[in-house]
Amino acid sequence: MANGSKQIVDFAKIKATMADPYKHPVQVINGDGKVVDPDTLAKYSDDQLVDFMKKMVWERTLHEQTMNFSRQGRLGFYAPTAGEEASEMGSVTAFKEQDFLLPAYRDLPQMIQHGTTVAKGFLWSKGHVEGNQHENPNMMFPQIIIGAQYVETAGVALGIQKNGDKDRVAFVYTGDGGTSQGDWYEGVNFTSAYQAPAVFFVQNNGWAISVPRKKQTAAETLAQKAVAMGVPSVQVDGMDIVAVHEVAKEAREFAAAGNGPVVIETLTYRYGAHSSAGDDPSRYRTKEEEKPWFDADPLIRMRKVLTDKGIWSQDQEDKLVEEYKDEFKDAMKEAEAAPAQKVSDFLKWTYNVPTPAVKKQIAEFEAKESK
Amino acid sequence: MAKMTYIKAITSGLDQVLADDPKTLIFGEDVGKNGGVFRTTVDLQDKYGEDRVFDTPLAESGILGLAIGLSLTGWRPIPEIQFMGFTFEAMDGIVGQLARDHYRFGGQKNFPVTIRTPFGGGTHTAEMHADNLENYFVSTPGLRVVTPANPYDAKGLVISAIESDDPVLFMENLKLYRSMKDEVPDDKYTVPLDSAKVVREGTDITLVAYSAEVNEALTAADALAKDNISAEVIDLRSLSPIDTDTIYASIDKTHKVVVIQEAQRMAGVGAVVASDIAEDKIMSLDAPIGRVAAPDSVYPFAQAENDWIPNSDDIEAKAREIFNY
Repeated sequence: MANGSKQIVDFAKIKATMADPYKHPVQVINGDGKVVDPDTLAKYSDDQLVDFMKKMVWERTLHEQTMNFSRQGRLGFYAPTAGEEASEMGSVTAFKEQDFLLPAYRDLPQMIQHGTTVAKGFLWSKGHVEGNQHENPNMMFPQIIIGAQYVETAGVALGIQKNGDKDRVAFVYTGDGGTSQGDWYEGVNFTSAYQAPAVFFVQNNGWAISVPRKKQTAAETLAQKAVAMGVPSVQVDGMDIVAVHEVAKEAREFAAAGNGPVVIETLTYRYGAHSSAGDDPSRYRTKEEEKPWFDADPLIRMRKVLTDKGIWSQDQEDKLVEEYKDEFKDAMKEAEAAPAQKVSDFLKWTYNVPTPAVKKQIAEFEAKESK
Repeated sequence: MAKMTYIKAITSGLDQVLADDPKTLIFGEDVGKNGGVFRTTVDLQDKYGEDRVFDTPLAESGILGLAIGLSLTGWRPIPEIQFMGFTFEAMDGIVGQLARDHYRFGGQKNFPVTIRTPFGGGTHTAEMHADNLENYFVSTPGLRVVTPANPYDAKGLVISAIESDDPVLFMENLKLYRSMKDEVPDDKYTVPLDSAKVVREGTDITLVAYSAEVNEALTAADALAKDNISAEVIDLRSLSPIDTDTIYASIDKTHKVVVIQEAQRMAGVGAVVASDIAEDKIMSLDAPIGRVAAPDSVYPFAQAENDWIPNSDDIEAKAREIFNY
């Protein structure tokens, strides 16, 4: 090409503008607790708003109590959730009992809201099979392999579609790191190809253990990744429970109406470590980075809105925290009272019909266990 | 009763389960209008509709995700992985997820998935199409692995696999698809998922093989018979679990055994069979356990594959060595 001649494609411009439709996070209450979208807020009754606050207090208390139990050595693997209350409670409350939840390991609070017990959550963390046996059957166990829950969501959504179930969708969570997995694309793309009903959440909490969001991808937003699969997507302020709930509700309605899936990126922050097993965030991030997120805390801003409305008080909150703590202590007692597990049972569940070798091993272990 | 090829027998089995169970679904790459790249699912979409027999986007991990999710919503999925070499793309789905899910739920949920996949050497395919990869899967608790060696078993086994509530990997041998015909009943019938079969009776030495190597073993048995060596040939049919009872009964009669596989010799099905025999039946043997397997190289480029795959001459030579020990 001769110098100065006009290029037929302006790649620089495409690159500079491609994220434009996606980088306007939906917000109803801003980081200072100021209502920036009063029309949307007006859709919610005082009771609903108080319920949102209660659920966030519940999740924060659950997190703190769980960290205590972890330090006491009474739990196994646990992924801290502090900071993500608006993202988690705002989204899960937009779904109905018949919707199918495919959680990842940081999503115990949504599972409990969707129909399992705190005791079962603790049992899962302790590595007890009863932790995977939920009252609401419309739920998978917390997925450990990042991305696997995304491809399985495509199957659940297609199954819902083939069953002809109306008013039913699949919904699933992963984090910012999860969007780098091939399974993330395959899951969203398969669901889109079949126009099956699913809502895909990406809880962008800034960190995949120690790797920051900006090192996962050069894409300016994670939401924009969905466009490649023909899927509508949006960013939402993940510290604003009203905004998250409203977006999730609209996404659910869109998907349930047969319009195919939706991807939602919630902008949130993992206050603590990746897991209770020795991760130390001070190795890879600074206090300066953390501060604005702590200041934008979802509980602080909701507390302000409710207090201004005269429907919330610190006394009320303190009392709730005590009630929840008692509930969690009881749940831990219940979890600790669960019967000890037996290897013979694990062998029985390996196949529907045990193989000859497994039958022999069941007999060997039953003999040991009866001693 | 009609004479049917191995591939037609599989199609016939699929046709009958689709007709009998409205919750069965066939899906994979090219399985719909095209009827599969080998035509195993030919005409099934026309007959049962795109709702039951459908194409997927080109991604094997996604196909396994579909199978697991469809199981969770009450369906009985029959995914096809177009060639066994492509199962590597679905390794987490098969080994990390599907095989473990019944266990993870404490037996409360079933995942009745049958993964059909073609494999096997000797047809000069492109790379990653012919490998015998069963050794990766037979070490997976929760997963059954079966592979028929003839048209009759192909139909009966595919029906049993689909009707089973356990996940089953159903391996279809490429070379056998159209190279052999058998009498195959028109009606639905099953072949048990965990049983080997004596395909030729003999008294002097036991040849244990599976898939295309069963035919090689039968040819070797013919050659041995000319020298009055009576070989009993066992077709494993199920690679996980292994039906040791049938093998042991034969060894109690012959006291000599050769274990044969097309896969590389390193850790795998033949090694498990040989070690089981060594553990349980060594006092019944009057010669070492013989093994015939491909060498431990990567599956060869197509022009050399017939020099690499164990054939009837290799089996005959090893059988004579063990017989004359």
